[in-house]
Amino acid sequence: MRKVYLDHNATTPVSPIVLEAMLPYLKDIYGNPSSIHEFGRIARKAVEEARAEVASLINAKDAQEIVFTGSGTEADNFAIKGIAHALKNKGNHIITSCIEHHAVLNVCKFLEKEGTRVTYLPVDNNGIVDINELKKSITDKTILISIMLANNEVGTIEPIEEIASIAKEKGIILHTDAVQAAGKLPIDVQKIGVDLLSMSAHKIYGPKGIGALYIKKGIKITPLISGGHHERNRRAGTENVAGIAGFGKAAYLAEKELSRESPYLVGLRDYLHEGIKKKIQEIRLNGDPKKRLPNTLNISFKYLEGESIILNLDLEGVAVSTGSACTSGSLEPSHVLVAMGLDAVDAQGSVRFSLGHDNKKEDIDYVLEVLPPIIDRLRKMSPLYKEKK
Amino acid sequence: MTDQAHLYSEKVMEHFRNPRNVGEIKDPDGIGHVGNPVCGDIMELYIKVKDGVIVDAKFKTFGCGAAIATSSMVTELVKGKTIDEALKISNRAVAEALGGLPPVKMHCSVLAEEALKSAIEDYVKRKK
Ligand SMILES: Cc1ncc(COP(=O)(O)O)c(C=O)c1O
Ligand code: FES
Repeated sequence: MRKVYLDHNATTPVSPIVLEAMLPYLKDIYGNPSSIHEFGRIARKAVEEARAEVASLINAKDAQEIVFTGSGTEADNFAIKGIAHALKNKGNHIITSCIEHHAVLNVCKFLEKEGTRVTYLPVDNNGIVDINELKKSITDKTILISIMLANNEVGTIEPIEEIASIAKEKGIILHTDAVQAAGKLPIDVQKIGVDLLSMSAHKIYGPKGIGALYIKKGIKITPLISGGHHERNRRAGTENVAGIAGFGKAAYLAEKELSRESPYLVGLRDYLHEGIKKKIQEIRLNGDPKKRLPNTLNISFKYLEGESIILNLDLEGVAVSTGSACTSGSLEPSHVLVAMGLDAVDAQGSVRFSLGHDNKKEDIDYVLEVLPPIIDRLRKMSPLYKEKK
Repeated sequence: MTDQAHLYSEKVMEHFRNPRNVGEIKDPDGIGHVGNPVCGDIMELYIKVKDGVIVDAKFKTFGCGAAIATSSMVTELVKGKTIDEALKISNRAVAEALGGLPPVKMHCSVLAEEALKSAIEDYVKRKK
């Protein structure tokens, strides 16, 4: 059976070039980058070269502004908890949005229990953060704004430059979760004017379990993990050298391929969208039609529930997801779709197709062949469909 | 998401893939219509009764894989049962007949049990 992987927002396969770049650090080059002998120095060189590649991906001024972490989730935790702690004498108010990844939302919920005040900004029907609400929520106690660059479920791209200029004017630190955006969109942290930015290697054909936080020079932040002097005292723990080398290579490749890959993915994604529109009635595109990640297509199939669609596609060898991979164990409809104003049924019936550079037109044709009969069969089974026929 | 599939037993997947008794019964003797307050899923169950015995059952379900599989299983279980016997079918019995359900999905089998109870109630009401 044909296997079609369309769940790249959950994770991507490690690129063969990335794997090649990692292998030496799992075999012969085992030195500790903190050691001063040659074994250590070679490992250190790999870490610093990777740092420069990751810095270049987002156009950071200085590679030392990149701190490697154990995941995108850790980068989010570090940014938010680190600023909340470092600035606790200045204020205790954080502004974020309703559609953040749980790596941000649950950090905010945790801080709320410790007495931090958090504002969760609403979004419009396309998932774009309400800028007026943002302006209104700012107080003299606001120390941090954390808004994602692009949403993982629907792909909507947030107006981060506009948010940055507001934050700058008020002297508030701005963090952005760019885990889905880095490598898929051109990012220039100097031009945006963002203070902290989270990334993760496994979304860009790098390994899992390695992320990074960009921390603009001069920003005071409390480390999340205490210990040795690694990462200039900002993240203790002997570096994951192979993971870092892989991340560096993945960042290099993403930057090099971006201008070619992005239109390719848009073309393939829109081909899928058009095909679905042609073959299946009563669907709804979720997310901003234009300001959207090149690879992401989130569709609600009316009268149906997402899991039953996904399981059926899985039986045909097609991997997609509902909402985010981490919430598929939960029962509530996606918090993102609910925040965008979808009713419960539409939110339940959503499927996310997230494409990657290995996908071919034939893969999409295969999906367009197997999907319509599945939808048809499930709709015949749906008590909601009958009522509207 | 493949995770979820792994959590489902062979039997659940088998019923999910080939659900039995999908559809409506033209002139049923009882209809059950229930919604699941936990997840918003919906099930409709139709029964045909002859001399106190359920001779046919069909369903329509808007729900997850477990909801579809339990709907299918409950229609299989009730056929040939007397009303009294059918009333004794619990959600646990349906889940067990499917080789068990993952803990987060146990509530889905409640939907099947309630749809059955509701169809029988409707049958009793109509008979009066
Ligand atoms: C927007 C966003 N933030 C954070 C994360 C977490 O990253 P990681 O899986 O590296 O912990 C993800 C992916 O799961 C994501 O999509
Ligand atoms: S999650 Fe709703 S019935 Fe299973």
